[in-house]
Amino acid sequence: MSAATVVTGIGVLAPNGIGAEEFWAATLRAESGIGRITRFEPASYPSRLAGEVTGFSAREHLPSRLVPQTDRTTQFALTGSEWALRDSGLSADSLPAGERGVVTASASGGFEFGQRELGHLWGKDPRHVSAYMSFAWFYAVNSGQISIRHDLRGPTGVLVTDQAGGLDAVAQARRRIRKGTPVMLSGGMDASLCPYGLAAQISAGMLSESDDPARAYRPFDPAADGHVPGEGGAILTLEDGERARARGARSHGEISGYAATFDPRPGSGRPANLDRAIRGALADAGLSPRDIAFVLADGAGEPEPDRAEARALTDVFGPRGVPVTVPKSMTGRLYAGAAPLDLVTALFALRDGVVPPTVHVDGPDPAYDIDLVTGSARPVRGDAALVLARGRGGFNSAMVVRRPSAA
Amino acid sequence: MTARRVVITGLGVIAPGGIGTKAFWERIVSGVSATRTITAFDASGFRSRMAAECDFDGVRSGLTVRDTARLDRATQFAVVAAREALADSGIEIDERNAHRTGVSLGSAVGCTQKLEEEYVARSDGGQRWLVDHAAGTPYLYDYFVPSSMAAEVAWEAGAEGPAALVSAGCTSGLDSLGHALDLIREGAVDIMIAGGSDAPIAPITVACFDAIKATSPRNDTPEHASRPFDRTRSGFVLGEGAAVLVLEERESALRRGAQIYAEIAGYAGRANAHHMTGLRPDGLEMSAAITGALDDARIDREAVGYVNAHGTATRQNDIHETAAIKHSLGEHARRVPVSSIKAVIGHSLGAVGSIEAVASALVIRHGVVPPTAGLHEPDPQLDLDYVPLTARDQATDTVLTVGSGFGGFQSAMVLTSAEGGRS
Repeated sequence: MSAATVVTGIGVLAPNGIGAEEFWAATLRAESGIGRITRFEPASYPSRLAGEVTGFSAREHLPSRLVPQTDRTTQFALTGSEWALRDSGLSADSLPAGERGVVTASASGGFEFGQRELGHLWGKDPRHVSAYMSFAWFYAVNSGQISIRHDLRGPTGVLVTDQAGGLDAVAQARRRIRKGTPVMLSGGMDASLCPYGLAAQISAGMLSESDDPARAYRPFDPAADGHVPGEGGAILTLEDGERARARGARSHGEISGYAATFDPRPGSGRPANLDRAIRGALADAGLSPRDIAFVLADGAGEPEPDRAEARALTDVFGPRGVPVTVPKSMTGRLYAGAAPLDLVTALFALRDGVVPPTVHVDGPDPAYDIDLVTGSARPVRGDAALVLARGRGGFNSAMVVRRPSAA
Repeated sequence: MTARRVVITGLGVIAPGGIGTKAFWERIVSGVSATRTITAFDASGFRSRMAAECDFDGVRSGLTVRDTARLDRATQFAVVAAREALADSGIEIDERNAHRTGVSLGSAVGCTQKLEEEYVARSDGGQRWLVDHAAGTPYLYDYFVPSSMAAEVAWEAGAEGPAALVSAGCTSGLDSLGHALDLIREGAVDIMIAGGSDAPIAPITVACFDAIKATSPRNDTPEHASRPFDRTRSGFVLGEGAAVLVLEERESALRRGAQIYAEIAGYAGRANAHHMTGLRPDGLEMSAAITGALDDARIDREAVGYVNAHGTATRQNDIHETAAIKHSLGEHARRVPVSSIKAVIGHSLGAVGSIEAVASALVIRHGVVPPTAGLHEPDPQLDLDYVPLTARDQATDTVLTVGSGFGGFQSAMVLTSAEGGRS
């Protein structure tokens, strides 16, 4: 069995580009979308930078009735899913509704909507809470709204594993395809750049406090001191490879391997497990480390997780054994949206034979012994790439993608 | 190739009216409702002021004072239920099997209770949009992204395989078990600590359900407010709790001589693509989920000996669900007992699917079907055997349990006795 799962559609909203090709062009130009937060006045917070999706108007993309009942997160997800379906060329009636489904990753649900309604409850009274609150905040909102908007009546799902969630969701969608559902939408979008969302991110101590967009988020840099949050992400149309080929669909590439692990409790003395996730994903894809053309690293931008990730990479690939890059240095970390966006980057990089750089880093800490792509995009040859995503607490996910196989 | 099968070897439950699996089972068989006027906060300004609350004290349940301060109530439930399930299964997770052990925890609203408390503390009681980032706990991020709940359970168990929070609203507790089933079947792991936990009895959640009139307003008789399948039903009563199950690949469970409560034989989920909170009365997508779960289990519908219903007691749910059971089980629907335990334990959102899976496993073990408490006046529109008020002796080796939730999600799971039930 084990039919291939291919990506036939892509929808992107990213801080450095709205639309898949716009995002990719900006990424190749090493164009950063990080700047001072504009969605509210951030002066009172120790971290004031973010990767915001600018120039997005929900009313241009969604029916007006959907706008007041949805958080920005969901507006991104609905728009991205529309584009992912359009890109795939699937028409609404091309197969029965029960044969298409959706699995998304979430990190914090429709959080800005949630903050606003908490304000209505506590600042006023229960009668001021929106009738939409019961479903606009919770983590399942994007899968629910996408299924309704596109009449997807097959399997659904929602996974939350912090920043690793996007890969876990795509892997879940791939399981459903292998079990017989021909079309699945998957991926993730996030938009929690409201004051309470920023406060939550500050509380974890992971955000950079720099005011310089070119210095704030520098994964693997010797001076790395935290990350910049961002918003956006990607939604993918995934299809059974044979079905896609039979209908003459254009494939962006294949999801060919995946594995996930969890790290032991801090202080337990047991080794971390990212390397096991990488080896598992390679084994699942039937590939060896030398088959991997490049790695999109998680790139936490803090010394300890950067060191741990570099160690896992050198364990598997050898010292400086594979080009490594962190394009999210241009967007900030997008939570549930981060890994799906990296999948898109990996597919386009394989297609065009060029790996985008990690920006704002002159050179990685030499102790890490990794071949970090910096400065400008670098040509590569190869058919497969590895995407890593890690979530707070110890979630490790790894996914291998391949170029479209010649028909 | 022989397909890998998945069995339940350990149970842990935190439920209203019953902390621990044994107390929970006795409570649902008794049919004595645990719904009451909310004590967790002053709910006098709300439309629905009742809930099924757990008399839970984290410290008495073995947590440290530090952990009870740090962890959201839902996370505390999950950790305590996981401890019970692990002890019950007798399994040891150590360096030999840690990598082969995963976690799949369901929750609809995650750590909302702590998020609300922290919001109030940081916003001057809801007055400030620009909340104070420094005013509260350093653990806010763990409430903000509730995969922290799965992390706590993984640490508790010593699991180092894949871990995830499954958050598909009110089907989360079934979907989390379905996810665990996938991972064991595909060989990613041999053991899963899987379940669901929610602690939604807090102002914001009560206000949400008030706003759409989903919960019962029958505040004068809180112990008799939840009336699944009853003509006078008026909405659900919010609950809280958790269930955690130890799931194992069948052959390895047999090899270690584990007790086996039941096999999880099949699972399926579908979306209705209709409305975020509304249901079509025909129940066709729930029916498709039931048929999908039976197909996945390779079991004939006639083999189903009991249906554990979602049975929330909203007007629309009970009509929708009855139609789905009839559509999927055909004539057999008229012969099979169907009951809802929610009149006793309330609707604990993303936990309840797992709690009901435990109930389903115990039905197989004990040969007793818990009643639908609160069902005094049959609804002429609803014409199945809902086992009103009194438990029934009924030996069965195949149980169907179903869930339905906001977002339009419909899920179904088939459990069978350890000895068989499948062709």
